[in-house]
Amino acid sequence: MSTTTAQRTGFGAVLWDYLTTVDHKKIGILYLISGGFFFLIGGLEAMAIRIQLIKPENDFVSAGFYNEILTMHGTTMIFLAAMPLIFALMNAVVPLQIGARDVAFPFLNSLGFWLFLFGGLLLNASWFLGGAPDAGWTAYAPLSTTSPGHGVDFYILGLQISGAGTLIAGINFLVTIVNMRAPGMTYMRLPLFTWTTFVVSALILFAFPALTVGLFLLMFDRLFGSGFFNANMGGNSVIWEHLFWIFGHPEVYILILPAFGVFSEVLPTFAKKRLFGYTAMVFATVLIGFLGFMVWAHHMFTVGLGPAANSIFAVATMAIAVPTGIKIFNWLFTLWGGNIQINSAMLWSLSFIPTFTLGGMTGVMLAAAAADYQYHDTYFVVAHFHYVIVGGVVFGIFAGLHYWWPRMFGKILNETLGKITFWTFFIGFHLTFFIQHFLGLMGMPRRYWVFLADQGLDTGNFISTIGAFLMAVGTIVFLINVIVTTSKGEKVSGDPWDGRTLEWAIPNPTPHYNFKQTPLVRGLDALWVEKTEGRKEMTPAEPLDDIHMPNASILPFIMSLGLFIAGFGFIYQIDNISWLLAVFIGMGITLGAMFVRSVKDDLGHHIHKEDLDKGAGL
Amino acid sequence: MAENTNSVQNELDYHKKKKKEEMKQQVITFALMIVFTIIAFTMVAAGLDKLFVIPIIVVLAIVQVIFQLYYFMHMSHKGHELPAIMMYGGISVAFLTILTFLVLIWW
Ligand SMILES: [Cu+2]
Repeated sequence: MSTTTAQRTGFGAVLWDYLTTVDHKKIGILYLISGGFFFLIGGLEAMAIRIQLIKPENDFVSAGFYNEILTMHGTTMIFLAAMPLIFALMNAVVPLQIGARDVAFPFLNSLGFWLFLFGGLLLNASWFLGGAPDAGWTAYAPLSTTSPGHGVDFYILGLQISGAGTLIAGINFLVTIVNMRAPGMTYMRLPLFTWTTFVVSALILFAFPALTVGLFLLMFDRLFGSGFFNANMGGNSVIWEHLFWIFGHPEVYILILPAFGVFSEVLPTFAKKRLFGYTAMVFATVLIGFLGFMVWAHHMFTVGLGPAANSIFAVATMAIAVPTGIKIFNWLFTLWGGNIQINSAMLWSLSFIPTFTLGGMTGVMLAAAAADYQYHDTYFVVAHFHYVIVGGVVFGIFAGLHYWWPRMFGKILNETLGKITFWTFFIGFHLTFFIQHFLGLMGMPRRYWVFLADQGLDTGNFISTIGAFLMAVGTIVFLINVIVTTSKGEKVSGDPWDGRTLEWAIPNPTPHYNFKQTPLVRGLDALWVEKTEGRKEMTPAEPLDDIHMPNASILPFIMSLGLFIAGFGFIYQIDNISWLLAVFIGMGITLGAMFVRSVKDDLGHHIHKEDLDKGAGL
Repeated sequence: MAENTNSVQNELDYHKKKKKEEMKQQVITFALMIVFTIIAFTMVAAGLDKLFVIPIIVVLAIVQVIFQLYYFMHMSHKGHELPAIMMYGGISVAFLTILTFLVLIWW
């Protein structure tokens, strides 16, 4: 089946292949393309924000429009750029790292992606339909419940649909890592990127339901006349803040932990040393995951929870600095005495350590509840979270893309262009955000569309905007790099970095079925164990046999499309009751597709062992 | 060879015995669960004090959930360690969250 697809290489065939694929490698590429697309949109919004703030009392955009781009910048970057780009890496790498032929539920994997994409498209459709959400990415009630127009409704429905996709993806990775590990791949032999994926999936499982519930309550308040967050009707707007941050704080660890995983793969590979303190790294990851659930109120110190609550949440938050510190030192000790090779992936990883440490330091400062009354809602907070999210997550994604690009696309990204991207982006980043610490300390509030002249804020904001342009240049050079590498780059071997983990034991290009024979894992850094004993390949754990693979399906796409249509129905039924028709049609499509999936047996197909040598599934 | 068949036979016996044991436990738990339900309903029907009835019903419910998980859904069997960890992890996080609300935020 896969061979016939490979022979028809017209555009339509490729499109159909990607619309129906359940192959984790292709879904990874889909996540990469759509996450990259939303990253560019979020970046454009960031540029608009910085241009507006380049000089005092600028009027590049109107106040209302500024609120929209500001809201959409945060929402897009977190939910539609960072999350999918991380899922791109997870999909591309995790099944290979554990020696599996696919994820546990390939159909659900595809469904998770299409739900995310249609949710993101629904959210961004608001730009063309009367205005985007404008209540901040946190959508605090009562601002969000009273915001006029349909912007916030698009936020609710868009995030609800893409959130369902994320939840599905998280569960899928949990089951995959529990059940699909190759023989010998015990938990304490899992590569650290797989470990962080595992912990992150558990965080998704426990944190996203809080967002789902919060969004449902908000949806009923806005669209169906309930009053959960309306004090006049006996509701309480603070409940939204609690629900949002019970989800929101674990969410930032959902973003950062996989980046930690990437660095824990890149640093040992290019220092030619095993990761220092592997066990400590694993337990630090798990501990960060657990503690992450008990600190949400540090976003709410100024709400008035009282000194007892504030103190306890302050101490709990500071406690997280301990496992994070353990990780920082372990990375440094991994480098110590290593045979270090500097390339683009390594540059991103090395620069991450000091950058993220700065973000961590301001994090501890913000955790001091009393001091937070000074920092709250100023640019100090903006500087802090950009240091951890850009300095941690975005650097991690860049490092991961440079590192795994040969695994995903068979070619190494151009080093010169990679270094130009790194230096422009790195310098631009610090130029943009370092000064914002001081702008915040001088009292510049976040989310305001103008500032006044001669208050000591002019130069700082100007410098910040220059930095943003440098980051944009870095991003554009990266895009050029992708195009240049794709068209001119040379195909490399399956193991271009002299890697340590299982994903480098596979030939290039990666076969459809990943492993011809499931490998036998004999230690941490499975491939390295074989290399030290003079072997070039993994020892197989099974004789050559027929390979069972899942069938492609268009149903995930149809299910997600149905919810997308129903989303519009929910949003507009408040204006005109006949829009309920869209709800029925959309839900009908989704439920119909689910019904078809349930009653039609789909047992997958086999690649026969006789055909394997003839190159089937390549 | 003879020894081999013998050990297979032994194993079969062992499994049979174990199955029987399990069946017995399931019947007992089933009976207990019915008794619990009857107790709960009679307490409400008898119109006892709410402060007394509600905690007891909650405790009975928790016991029934545990019965359900361990005796009917076989959580005590091998290979269920990880789901157990996930469930207890989730329960403890949810419990801590609710406790925080009760004693810290809304007291
Ligand atoms: Cu937080």
